[in-house]
Amino acid sequence: MGSEARPFFAPVPKASGWRLFLKTVVARAYPRVVGQQRERSWIFFDVFLSILAVSAYVFVYRAIGAPEEYVGFVVVGGAMTAFWLNVLWSMSSQLYWEKESGNLALYIMAPNSMMAILLGMALGGIIATALRAAAILLVGSLIFHVQYAVENLPALVVVFILTLAALYGLGMMSASLFLLWGREAWHLANLAQEPIYLLSGFYFPVKNLGFWVAVGASIIPLTLGLDAMRQLLFPSGAALGFLTVPVEVVVLAVLCVLFLVAARWLLGYMERIAIRKGRLLESRR
Amino acid sequence: MSADLAIETQNLGRIYTIRNRRERRIRKEVVALRDVNLQIPRGELFGLLGPNGAGKTTLIKILTTLLAPTTGWARVAGFDVVREPHKIRPRINMVSGGEASGYGLLTVRENLWMFAQFYGLPSREANRRIEELLRRIGLADRIHTKSSDLSTGLRQKMNIVRGFLTDPEILFLDEPTLGLDVNAARDVRRFIREWMDAHPDRTVLLTTHYMVEADELCDRVAIISQGRVLACDSPEALKRRLQRDALFDIEITAPNGLTSSMLEALPGVRKAVLTDADGGARLSLILAADSALPGVIHVLTERAVQVRHLTKREPTLEDVFVELVGRPLAEEEVADGQ
Repeated sequence: MGSEARPFFAPVPKASGWRLFLKTVVARAYPRVVGQQRERSWIFFDVFLSILAVSAYVFVYRAIGAPEEYVGFVVVGGAMTAFWLNVLWSMSSQLYWEKESGNLALYIMAPNSMMAILLGMALGGIIATALRAAAILLVGSLIFHVQYAVENLPALVVVFILTLAALYGLGMMSASLFLLWGREAWHLANLAQEPIYLLSGFYFPVKNLGFWVAVGASIIPLTLGLDAMRQLLFPSGAALGFLTVPVEVVVLAVLCVLFLVAARWLLGYMERIAIRKGRLLESRR
Repeated sequence: MSADLAIETQNLGRIYTIRNRRERRIRKEVVALRDVNLQIPRGELFGLLGPNGAGKTTLIKILTTLLAPTTGWARVAGFDVVREPHKIRPRINMVSGGEASGYGLLTVRENLWMFAQFYGLPSREANRRIEELLRRIGLADRIHTKSSDLSTGLRQKMNIVRGFLTDPEILFLDEPTLGLDVNAARDVRRFIREWMDAHPDRTVLLTTHYMVEADELCDRVAIISQGRVLACDSPEALKRRLQRDALFDIEITAPNGLTSSMLEALPGVRKAVLTDADGGARLSLILAADSALPGVIHVLTERAVQVRHLTKREPTLEDVFVELVGRPLAEEEVADGQ
C-alpha cells in the first residue's frame, strides 16, 4: 500500500447557509433539465400526443361553429397541460419515488435543506416542461393558425410566472401529502389528473362551469392562471374571462405564498413523522 | 463523552409499533434494538456482525439521524442524534448495499457531482475527487456511462464513491458488498481498507453478515442478534475465546435420525451444528477438548453414520457466532425469515 497511504484528498471548505441552499437547488434541478432531455421519447409522448388531444377539441369547436378564439384557448390550454402533468407526476409523486429508490433518506441525511431539494425539483421541472409547452404552443399555433393579440406583455409575463410559482408550490406541498397518505402514489395522481382537466378549463373558458364551481376550481392555480392568460392573449378573452386580471393576479399571489408556506411546514412534519415512526423512509426494494 | 469517541450509545433501544392492516386498533410492538452500549473511538473500522433482522440497519438509521430511538441515547461526532442532527449531518455519510440511489438518466460523474453539491463541495473539487475515487475503485472508464447502464456491482461501486466523496468524519456502510460478485466485493473491501489506511482520523461503521468481511476489515466487531449486542471485541480476541476449545468439521453420510442435541448431551461437547451437505451432512463441533471426540464417533457408529472426512481447524468468527447465538448465521437468517 505504501505510496497509497497518503490521504486521497485534502479537506476543503464546504458551502453552508444560503450558498449550500443554492447549490442544492441547482444540483437537484440538473437531472430534470439535462437528464430528461436524454429520453427523446418525450417529443412523441409530451408533444405529439398533446397535439392530438388539442386537435380533437379544435375540430369539435370548428364543427359546432364556436368562436375562433376557442381554438386559441385550446392550444394555450394544451400547452399548460404539460405543466399540470409535470406537477402531478414529477412533483406530487416525486418524494414517493425518491423514497422507493432510496434517495429520500440520503436527502434527509444530507446537511442541505429539504426545501432546497423541492425547489430544485420544481425549477428543473419548470425548465424542462417549458420546452415541451413551447413546442406544443408553437406546433398548435402553426397548424391551427392561431392569432394572438398581446397588448400587455409585462402583465402576461407576471401572470405566467405567478401561475407557475403557485402551481409548483402546490406540487411541493402535495409531494409531502402524497408521501404521508399514499403508499400507491400513482393512484392519487391518476385520481387528480382527469377531474382537473375538466375543472380547470384546460380546453374551454372556466366561466362556463358556473361561478361557484369556478371558484372551487380556483384552488388549482392553473384555473385562474389560464383564464388570465387567455384574457391577455386574445381580443375577446376579457369577455369570456371569469374574474378580472388584477383580481386573478392577487389570488394567484396569495395561492403562491399559501402553498409555499404549507409546503415548508409539511416537509418538516413529514421529516418528523419519518424519523419518529421509522416506516416512512423504507422502500420496498 | 470523550472527544476521541466518534460514536457512543447508552442503553439505546428502538421499538416499532406495527398496526394491523385490517383492524387498525390492534397494534403490535416489535423490539428491533435493545440496550445497545457502544463506544467507538475515532479512526476505528468497527463492524456490526449479525443476520438479517438483527437490528444492524436500525442502529445505523438511528446513528445517521434518520430514526429516533425509543430508549437511551446516542452521540455521533459528539452530538446527540435527536437534539443536534443538523450538527451531525455535515460530518457523516452513508452507503447501503443494493441501493438504487441517484438517477439512471445521469452519468456516473453527474450523479456523484449532484450528491457532492448537497454537501456544499465546490464543483471543481467535486469533479477532481470523483475522478480520483473512480480511478481507485476501478470505475474510471465508466465515468461517462449512464448509471442505468451499470451492472449491480458497478453501480454499487458508484454508491461507495458517493459515500467517500464528501470526506466524512464518520462513514456508515450498511452491507456494502450485499449481492456483489466475489471480485466486486473484493474491490470494495480493498478500497475501504485503503481509505482507512490513508485517513487514520476517519471512522467507519460497517454492518455485514459476511463473516470473512468482518474478519478481514474490522478493527473491532460487535456481534448482534435479535437487537442485542452479544459480544464486542477485535476479531482475534473474539476467536481467542474459542482457542482453548477443539473445533472439528466432520462430513458424514445421512444422519439417520441423529440430532445436534443428542451430541450436545455428550460430556465435553459444547456445541454441535448439523447442516445438510452434498449427499449427506456436515457436523461442526466445538469440543471442550480433543478427548470428547471418541464419544461423538461412538454415537455416529451406533447410528450407522459413516464418517467421510474429519478436519480439526482454527476458530473463525462463524464459530464465535455459533457459540454466542447457539446456531449458525445462515440458520438464524432462515429463522428470522419465518
